[in-house]
Amino acid sequence: MRQYRSLIIGTFLSLIVLIAATFSFVWIPYDIMQLSIPDKLQTPNWDHFLGTDHFGRDILSMIMVGARTSLAVALLAVGIGMGIGVPLGLAAATRRGAFLDEVIMRTNDLIFAFPSLVIAILITALFGAGAMNAIIAIGIFNIPVFARVSRGAALSLWQKEFILAARVSGKSKLRISVEHILPNLTNLLIVQGTIQFSLGILAEAGLSYVGLGAQPPTPSWGRMLADAQTMVSFAPHLALIPGSAIILTVLGLNLMGDGLRDALDPKLRKSRQ
Amino acid sequence: MSLLYVDQLNIKLGPVSVLKDVSFSLQQGEILALTGESGSGKSMTALALMQLLPDIAKTDGRILFQREDLTTKTEKELCKIRGSDISMVFQEPMTALNPVKTISAQVSETLILHKGETPRAAREKAQSILHKVGLPPSVVPMGRFPHELSGGQRQRVVIAIAVALTPSLLIADEPTTALDVTTQAQILALLKSLVKETNMAMILITHDLAVVANMADNIAIMQHGKIVEMAPTQTLFSQMHHPYTKSLFAASGHTVNLPYKAVNADNLLKVTHISRQYRLPRKHPFEATKYARAVSDVSFSIDHGERLGLVGESGCGKSTLTRAILGLDPIEKGTITLNGRDVQNAKADVRRDIQVVFQDPYGSFNPRHKVSRLVCEPYHLLPNAPSGRVADDKISRLLEDVGLSSTDKDKYIHEFSGGQRQRIAIARALIIRPKLVIFDEAVSALDVTVRAQILDLIAKLAAEYGLSYLFISHDLAVVRSVTDRCLVMRDGQIVETGRTKDILDNPTHDYTKKLINAAPKLPALPKGITAHAPS
Amino acid sequence: MLQYAFKRALSLCLSLCLASVVIFAVVEIAPGDPASFMLGINAQPDTIAALRAELGLDQGKFVRYLEWTGGMLRGDFGTSYTYRSSITDMIAERMWISLPLALYALALSTLIAFPVGLYAASTRGAPGDVAVMGVTQLGIAIPNFWFAMLLVMIFAIKLRWFSAGGFAGWDDGLFIGVKSLTLPAIALALPQASILSRVMRSALIETLSEDYIRTARAKGLSRQAVLWRHALRNAMIPVLTIIGLQFSFLMAGAIIIEQVFFLPGLGRLVFQAITQRDLIVVESVVMLLVFAVISVNFIIDLAYAAVDPRLRHGP
Repeated sequence: MRQYRSLIIGTFLSLIVLIAATFSFVWIPYDIMQLSIPDKLQTPNWDHFLGTDHFGRDILSMIMVGARTSLAVALLAVGIGMGIGVPLGLAAATRRGAFLDEVIMRTNDLIFAFPSLVIAILITALFGAGAMNAIIAIGIFNIPVFARVSRGAALSLWQKEFILAARVSGKSKLRISVEHILPNLTNLLIVQGTIQFSLGILAEAGLSYVGLGAQPPTPSWGRMLADAQTMVSFAPHLALIPGSAIILTVLGLNLMGDGLRDALDPKLRKSRQ
Repeated sequence: MSLLYVDQLNIKLGPVSVLKDVSFSLQQGEILALTGESGSGKSMTALALMQLLPDIAKTDGRILFQREDLTTKTEKELCKIRGSDISMVFQEPMTALNPVKTISAQVSETLILHKGETPRAAREKAQSILHKVGLPPSVVPMGRFPHELSGGQRQRVVIAIAVALTPSLLIADEPTTALDVTTQAQILALLKSLVKETNMAMILITHDLAVVANMADNIAIMQHGKIVEMAPTQTLFSQMHHPYTKSLFAASGHTVNLPYKAVNADNLLKVTHISRQYRLPRKHPFEATKYARAVSDVSFSIDHGERLGLVGESGCGKSTLTRAILGLDPIEKGTITLNGRDVQNAKADVRRDIQVVFQDPYGSFNPRHKVSRLVCEPYHLLPNAPSGRVADDKISRLLEDVGLSSTDKDKYIHEFSGGQRQRIAIARALIIRPKLVIFDEAVSALDVTVRAQILDLIAKLAAEYGLSYLFISHDLAVVRSVTDRCLVMRDGQIVETGRTKDILDNPTHDYTKKLINAAPKLPALPKGITAHAPS
Repeated sequence: MLQYAFKRALSLCLSLCLASVVIFAVVEIAPGDPASFMLGINAQPDTIAALRAELGLDQGKFVRYLEWTGGMLRGDFGTSYTYRSSITDMIAERMWISLPLALYALALSTLIAFPVGLYAASTRGAPGDVAVMGVTQLGIAIPNFWFAMLLVMIFAIKLRWFSAGGFAGWDDGLFIGVKSLTLPAIALALPQASILSRVMRSALIETLSEDYIRTARAKGLSRQAVLWRHALRNAMIPVLTIIGLQFSFLMAGAIIIEQVFFLPGLGRLVFQAITQRDLIVVESVVMLLVFAVISVNFIIDLAYAAVDPRLRHGP
C-alpha cells in the first residue's frame, strides 16, 4: 500500500480535476456569461463556495470550465508530441547513425535550443492568440521530447537478442518496430506522457496569463490570474484559487507519473525491496 | 587461533534466508575456495565478511576476524578495517573503477585514507604497487583513466587497490569470470603469487571448479545458502561425499554422447574470403580515417550434417562473423552462400534455412508474448505457415522434444528458469526445420549442471534431427564434445582448423597451444563419478 | 579535448545558422504586412508601397535574410519599423535587465539545489528526505508567475520589504539593482531549484548503486566520503544537462515574470513589438535569446568533458 501512495494520491487529484471538467459540460453552479456587478468580489461563502470575481461571476463555475480548457490544450499538445515524436524516434532508432537518424536528432537538438515558451509566444503572437495556436505551440515542443525518449529506449531494445531473433525470422524493421519495440515502450510513454501533460498545463497557464492562450469569454486559469493581478491587495482569493487549481492539477499529474513509473518499472520495484 | 572464524552465520534479506548456518575458519596464508552455482550464497558470504550487506539484511551469528566480532563493530571501526585488513576484488573490472578518476588517484586513495600519507608520497607508493601487479608505468602511465585500459589491466588496478596495504585477508569474488581465458590465467597467477609473497589469506569465490582445483588449499561447496561439504582440495577430489558435490563435479567434466560423424564434402554453408572493418574514431579532425579489421579474409565451409565449432577470445571477430552469416550486418568483401545461394540481402526462402540460439536466456524473448507465439515467430518465413490446430500440435510436440511440457505454451517467459528458456530458444530455432543452426555462446551464461543438460539436449537433437550447426564458444571444453570439426579464430583470422579432437589434443598453432594451456583443467574424477549429466 | 571543443563549436555555428533560417521563415510566413499595419486600414496602396520600399520589404526574401544575418554578424540588428531607431541600442538597454535576471535565477536555483539534493541523497528514505521530496514536488507544480504574485502580495504589499515592481536601474549602485531583481529571481528560481534538487538526488542515488562505489566502500571510505569523493562528480552529467535546459527555461520565464513585476526587459520589448507588427525587432530578440541558450549549452558541453574524461577523446 505504502509503495503506491504517490499513485493513489496523484490519481485521486487528477480524477477530481477530470470530473470537474467533464461535469462542467452538464452543469455548473452559475452561468459564467452572466455578469452580476452587485455580487462582485465576494469572498468564499455559502452561495459562492469560492467567491466571485470583479464582474460578480462565480469562481467555482469558472474554475470548472477553465479546467476544461487546461486539460484539452495540454492533452492535445501531448497527442501532437506523441503522435509525431514517437514514430520519428522509432524511425531514427532503426538505423543508428544513418542519415535519417542524424537529420531527426539534429532537428530535435535545434528545437531544444529555442527557449520553448519564447517560441510559443512567437507563434501565438504572429498567428493570432487562441487555444488552437497554443496547442500547436506547446505540441511542437513535445515532439523532440517524445522522439528522444523513444529513440533512446528503442536503441537499447534493438540490441536485445529477442529483436535479433525477430530479424533472423526475416521480419522487416517496420514490422519489428510495431510488433516488438512499441509494446515494450508503452510504460515509458505513459510516464513521459503524464509528465508532458503536467508541463503542458503549466505552459497553457503561462500563455493565457500573458493573454496568448484561450481568448475571452472562454475562461482559463491563467487568464483569471492575469485579471486578479491588479486586485491582489484587496481580493487575494482571486489569485489564490486559480493558482491552487493549477498547483493541484500539476501536482496530481506529477505524483501519478512518479507512481506509475514505480509501479510499471520492474527494475525500480525490485531495488525498492 | 585462526585468522578468520565464521560461526553459525545466518543472513536474511527480508523474508528470504540467503545464508544458513555457515561456519568455516581460515588461517594465515591459506586459500579457501567458496564454490557453487548462482544463488548459492557465495557472494553474500563475501559481502557479510566485508559488512557491506544491503541495509535490509538481518545478520545472526559471529564473524571473528583476528578474534574480534565484525558483526558488533560500529561503522566507523569497520571503515578502518576495510581496505587495510580485509580487502576485496570484484567480478566486473569494467565497472569496478571510478570512470572519472585516474588509476593513480584510485590506488593512492587507500594509502591516504588509512595511513595519512601525503598525496605525493601516496602517488609514489601507488606507482610501486601498480608495478608489482604488472602495470609498470612504461606500459600503463599512472595518469590513465580506467576506460583507456583493457579488462585484464583494469582487474590488475582493482587488485592493486586491494593489496596496497597488504591486508591479512583478501576476498576475490569471481575475479576472472569476466575475463578471457589467457587473461584469466595471468590474473590467477598474480593472485597466487601475492598470497605467497605476503602470507595473506584469500577467499576465492568462483563457480568454476577447474579454477578451484588449481588454486585452493581448501574447498567449500555451497548450495542454497548452506555449505554442504568442505575439505582440503586433494581430499575433496579423491573422496567426495555429498551428492550435490558429486553432481557438480560430474556436470563440470561432462561430455556428451555424440560420436564423430564423417560427412561427404557437400557444402551447405560456404564462406569465401569475407572481410569486414569498422571505422575508428579519429583523434584529430584532420587525421586520416583508420579502420579496425573485425574479420579479415575468412573462408570456411560447413557440409551437410556437419557440426562445426568456432573458438576464440573476445574481440577475435566471431560475433561479426556470426552476424554476417545471419544476414544482420553487411560484409565488405567476399561471399556467404547457403546451398549456393547468397545469404546477404537474402529473401525469406534462403533465410528460413538458418536459425540461431543466442547466449542470453533472459534477453532473447519479448517479455510480452506467450511461449506459443515466441516459438512460432520464424513461421513468418514460411510461405504457407501452419496455423490453428496444426500449428498447436507442432509447437506441443517440439516443446516435448526439447524437454518441456506442451502445457508450457500458454505461459509467459518470466515463468521459466534460464535453462528452460534456452530450451525454448532451441525450440524456436528448430520449428521451421532449418538446414543450419547457429549456437552463439548458447550455453555460456548457464550454470554447470544446466549447461550439461542443454549440451545433452543439443546432442540428442543433433542425432534425431540430423542437424548441421555452427557452435560458437570461448570455452574449449564445451566445443570438444559437441562438434566434429573446429576453427580457432584470432584477430579476425582463422589460425587453425581441423578435427576437433586433433586440434585439442595436438594443436599446431602457437595461439591454440596458448589457449589450451591457459584453460584451467579439472583433475581426474574419482571412481564412481561418471561424467554424465545429472537428471 | 581540443578536438571535442572544436566539434562542439562547429555544431554551435551550425545550430545558429539553422536557427536564423527557422526564425526568419516563421516570421516571413506569419500573416500581416508590417507596412499596411503601420499605416492603418485606410492607407492608399501607393503609400504602402512607398513605405515597403523604405523599410526594404520590397526586396527578395533571400536578400533580406542575408542583410539581416550579415548585419547581426557586425552587431547591427537593423532599424525598428515603428520607432525608427537602432534595434541594437533598444536590445542593449533591455538586455541589462533580462540577462542578469536569468543568471541571478540560475545561480539561486543551483545554490539551493546542490545542498538540498546532496542532503536528500545522503539521508535517503529518512524523514528529512521524504520532507524535502514533498516540498520539491510542490515546488515543481507551482507556476512561477503565480508564485511571483504571491511574493508581491507578501513581501511588497504586506511586509513592504521590496517594491512591488519596476526597475531602479543600475545607475544607483549594484545593490539597488540587485534588490529590485530579487523577488523576480526568487519567483523564477524556486520551481527550477525543485526540479534540479530532484535530479541531483536521483542522479546521486543512481550513482551510489554503481560497482565502483562498492569498490570505494571496500577501500574503507565511509558513506559520506563516498558520496563526496566518488558519487558527486559522476552524478554531474545529468545535473549539468538540466542546468543547461533550465537556462533556456529561465530566459523564457523571465519574459513572463517581467510582466508581473513591470520590468522593462526583453519580454516587454517583444510583446510591444508583436502588437505593433515590428517584426524585425521580434526576429532579432528571438535570435538573441536562441544565441544565449545555444552558447550556454556550448559551455555545458565543455563542462561535460571537464567532468568526464571519456568524452575528451573519441566521438
